[in-house]
Amino acid sequence: MKRVLLIAIVFIFAGMGAWPASAQNPSTIFIQNATIFTVTQGNIEHGGILIRDGKIAAVGKDLKAPDGVAVIDATGQYVIPGIIDCHSHIAVDGSVNEGGPAVSSMANIADVLNPEDISIYDDLAGGVTSANILHGSANPIGGQTIVIKLRWGKPASALPFEGALPGIKFALGENPKRSGFTPPPGIPPRYPATRLGVEEVIRQAFIEATEYKKQWDDYNARRAAGEQGLVAPRRNEQLQPLVEVMEGKRYVHSHCYRADEILMLMRVAKEFGFKVRTFQHVLEGYKIADEIAASGAGGSTFSDWWGYKVEAYDAIPYNAALMTERGVVVSINSDDAQEARQLNQEAAKSMKYGGMTANDALKMITINPAIQLGIDKRVGSIEVGKDADLVIYNHDPLSVYAVAQQTLIDGQVYFDRQKDLAGRAALEKEKQDLLAKEKKAAEEKKDEDKKAGDKAGAKPDAKKKPDPKKKPPQDANGSASAVAGGAL
Amino acid sequence: MKLRAGTCRSPRFTRRRFWWAAIASSVALVAVGVTFTARGEGGEPRYFAITHARVVPVAGPPIENGTVVVAKGLIQAVGASVTIPPEAWVIDGKGLTVYPGLIDAGTTVGISDDGTDGKGKPAGVVLGPEGRPGTSPWRVVADEIKTDDKRIETWRSAGFTTTLTVPEGGILPGQAAVLNLAGDRAGDYVVRVYASVPISFKPVGGFFGFPDSLMGTIAYVRQVYDDTAWYSQAEPAYESNPAKYERPSYDRTEVVMSEAEKRSEIVMLPANNSQQLLRALKLANEWKIRAVLYGGQQAYEVADALASAKMPVLVNLKWPERGKDADPEGEQTLRELRFRDRAPGTPAALVKAGVKFGFYSGGLSGPKDIMKSAKKAIDAGLSPDAALRAFTADSADILGLGDRMGSIVPGKIANLVVTDGDIFNEKTKVKHVFVDGRWFEIHEEETPPDKGGDKKPGDEEAVKAGRYAGVEGVGR
Repeated sequence: MKRVLLIAIVFIFAGMGAWPASAQNPSTIFIQNATIFTVTQGNIEHGGILIRDGKIAAVGKDLKAPDGVAVIDATGQYVIPGIIDCHSHIAVDGSVNEGGPAVSSMANIADVLNPEDISIYDDLAGGVTSANILHGSANPIGGQTIVIKLRWGKPASALPFEGALPGIKFALGENPKRSGFTPPPGIPPRYPATRLGVEEVIRQAFIEATEYKKQWDDYNARRAAGEQGLVAPRRNEQLQPLVEVMEGKRYVHSHCYRADEILMLMRVAKEFGFKVRTFQHVLEGYKIADEIAASGAGGSTFSDWWGYKVEAYDAIPYNAALMTERGVVVSINSDDAQEARQLNQEAAKSMKYGGMTANDALKMITINPAIQLGIDKRVGSIEVGKDADLVIYNHDPLSVYAVAQQTLIDGQVYFDRQKDLAGRAALEKEKQDLLAKEKKAAEEKKDEDKKAGDKAGAKPDAKKKPDPKKKPPQDANGSASAVAGGAL
Repeated sequence: MKLRAGTCRSPRFTRRRFWWAAIASSVALVAVGVTFTARGEGGEPRYFAITHARVVPVAGPPIENGTVVVAKGLIQAVGASVTIPPEAWVIDGKGLTVYPGLIDAGTTVGISDDGTDGKGKPAGVVLGPEGRPGTSPWRVVADEIKTDDKRIETWRSAGFTTTLTVPEGGILPGQAAVLNLAGDRAGDYVVRVYASVPISFKPVGGFFGFPDSLMGTIAYVRQVYDDTAWYSQAEPAYESNPAKYERPSYDRTEVVMSEAEKRSEIVMLPANNSQQLLRALKLANEWKIRAVLYGGQQAYEVADALASAKMPVLVNLKWPERGKDADPEGEQTLRELRFRDRAPGTPAALVKAGVKFGFYSGGLSGPKDIMKSAKKAIDAGLSPDAALRAFTADSADILGLGDRMGSIVPGKIANLVVTDGDIFNEKTKVKHVFVDGRWFEIHEEETPPDKGGDKKPGDEEAVKAGRYAGVEGVGR
C-alpha cells in the first residue's frame, strides 16, 4: 500500500507538468500493426487505426499510415475501446455524500469536480477513459451525477462528457436507512430507518416534485398566454432535478442489492412516469432479470464481490452472465478508484463464472456502459466516426498479464507508460529538492528565532551586560519574555 | 519629536494632558501585558502638518521633502510647497516617510477573536435548506465592535489604520464592516457598515445535519440566492397589489440578502487553490453577484482566468506551510510541496496578469508576521510599489472605498503611517500613525518618560514591561 501511495505521489503531476501528454499531441495519429478488438465489429489482426481530429477516421487490416503522420507502433499489442466505468466516485472535492437530508438531490457532483484527484490518473493508467461520477448512497434520493472523460491535466470545466445526460443517484436498502449509524444523544436518527420508509421517502419526494412541476407548468402557460405581472414560483434546487427525471432529461442510477427493493423502485417509477436508467450493484438482479430487461433498465454490477453484509449474502458471481442471458444490458463497475484500474480483469471473471465469450466480457466495460449512459453514439467501440478513446495493452486485455501501455482520449495520449516511467526520476528529484529547501528554511528560521529570543531576553535590563549564553530570564517579575510568551 | 506651537491653544498644556493619558493607560494595560506608549493618543488637536518628509502618495510619484496637511480628519494638502495653516501642529518629518495607512482586508480585529458573536450555535440539527444552517447575514460587525480588543492598538501601531473586519462562524455568518482603528466610541470606527457579505463553503452539518459536504454547502447557497431572487420579485409585487398576490412569508435571510443585493454589496467567496478559484468564478457568474474572492494563494496557476473575468482577489498572507505538529515521517505530495514553495509568488503573478488584489492577514498573529509575509511576496518577484498598493489603494478600490482612502490625496481620509524608512524593511520603525486624522505617536524604542511629574515609582518598569510585550506582538 505504501508503495502504491508513493507511486501515486510521484504521479501526481505527471500529466500536468513538464510533459503534458495531453496538450501537444498531433491531430493525426496512426496506430499500426495492432490486434484490434472493435467490440462491435469483430477482431482485426495486424490492423491499423487512423485518428484524425480526435475521431476514428479509419479502421482496418490493410490501412497504411499516410505520409507524415505520427505513428504508434503497436506490433504485438492489443487495442480496445477506452474502458467506461459506470459507477465511480473519483474526481470529487469533499465528501461524495450529502448525508444531512434523506433527499439530497440539491447536491450536484458537477459543482465539485476536482480534476487534480490523482485517481483520475491512476484509472487512466488502467485504461479507463470515461466514468459515471456518482453521489454516494446515503440517501433514498441522492445528489446529481455527471459523466466525465478522464482528461487528466485539464481544468474541471473540460471534464464533463459533452452532451451526456446528467443523472441522479438513488439508493435502496441498508445505506439510505442508515443502519449502523447511531447519532449522538439529543439528535434524532434520520428518517427513514426501514426499507418501507425508503419507498415512502421516494414517493413523497415525487409527489412534491409533481406539485412543483405543476406550479411551473401553470406559470409558464399563463406567461405564454401573455398574462402580465406574474410572480414566478420559487426555484427549488431539491425538486428541480426530480422534475427533470420525470421529463426524461435526467437518468436515474439507483444503488440496490435485493430483488424486492428493485421491484419496488420499478413500481414507484411507473407510478410517477419515469424510468430507472441503471440499477447499480443490483446483486440479486439474476433473480429478476426478466423484469429488469422488460423495464428497459441496465444492470451495472460487481464481478465477484459478495457476502460483505447481510443484504449481499445472495450475491453470486454468475450475476452478470445470467442477467446478460436474459437480455439485460450489463456492465461491470468499480465503485472504487483502485479497482477501476483493473476493470478488464473484472470483466474477464465472467468468462470463468457464467462462460461468457471474450467479446461479451469486453462489452461489459465498453459498449454496454456506453449504452447505459446514453453515450454509445460517441464511445464504447472502435468504429469510424466515434471518439478516438482507446487503450493499448501489451497482452490480451482479458488476461492477467495485460498492462495498459497507452490510453488515448479524443485522439490525445493522456497516459503513456514509458513516458511515465521516464519522468519519475525528475519528479522525485524535484520533490527531494523542495523538501531540502523547506528544511533549510525551517532551520534558518529556528536560528533567527533563537537570536531574536536572546535579544529580547537581554532587553529588559539594559544595564546588565547581556550574556549570550544565558537564556532569557524566565521569572515573571517584569521579565519581557515571560510577559510576551506567557499565557496571554 | 518637535512640535511647534499653533496659535490657538497651549501645546504645553495639551502635551501634559497627553502624558497623563499615556501613563494612566499604560498602567492600566500592564495588567494584561499590552503594549506601546504613545504621546499622541488620538485626541485633540485636529490640524497637523508633517513637513520635510518623503511622501509616498501611492496615487502619484513620491515627493521628496514634502508636506502633508491634515485637517479635521481629512487630508487637506499634499506637496513640496504647501501652505501650512497657522493652527496646525507641525511634525518635523525630516528623515521620515509618509505612506497611506495600511489596510488589512480580512481579519477579526475589532470583534471577538474567533469572529463569532459568542452566542454559539443554535441547538438542534438542521436537516435541509429551509432550516437555514449556519446562516445569520443579519449579524452586522459594525454592531459588535469591541473597542477594548487589544489587537486594535497592535495593528494600528504597526501602521494598519483600516481593517475589513469579517464575521466568522457559519456559511453566511454576517456582514463585514470596514473599520478605521481609532475612535472615542465604537461608532467612530465604522467607515462602512455594510461592506461585504462573506460566504464560507465549510460544511456546518457535522455528520448528522445539513449540509455535511462541500457540494451540499454550494447547493445551499444556490438555494439562498434562488430564494432571494424570488423574494425580491414577490415582495414588491405583493406590496403593490395585496389583493392579487399571496403574501410572501417572512424569512429574515431573504429580506437581508435582498437588501444587500440592492446595495450591490460585495460578496466574498472563498477560493484558495486553483480549482476553488475557477469554481468560484463559475459560481459568481451563475449567481450574478458582485464577487471578490478571498484566499487566492494558488492564483499563480489561474491568474489569466481571473484577469479575463476581471475578478478582484484578496490574498491571504498566511502562506501555507507544513503543519507545526505534522508527522515528520508523513508523506508530502509534490503538489503540496510545490504549493508551499510557490504560493508567495502569487502576488507577482497577479500583477503580471493584471488582476487587482489586496492583502489580508488571515490567521497571522500580528502585524510583524503580516509584513514578513509581504516581504516573502516581494522576494518572490512582487515589486514593493505593487505590494504597497495591495495594502492601500488597491484594497480600498476592491472594497469600493477608493474615493475616500488608500492614497495621500487632498480630500481623502487622513489615514497615514509615518516611518523612519522603507515600510517593507524589517528594521524600519513606525513613528507616527494617523487614523481619521487622529494622531498616534509610536514608541517602540526605549524612551524614558518625561521628567515632569507626579509619577509613582514603578510606573516606568510597568511601562517598559508593557512595551516589550508590545514589541513581541501580543495579539491573538
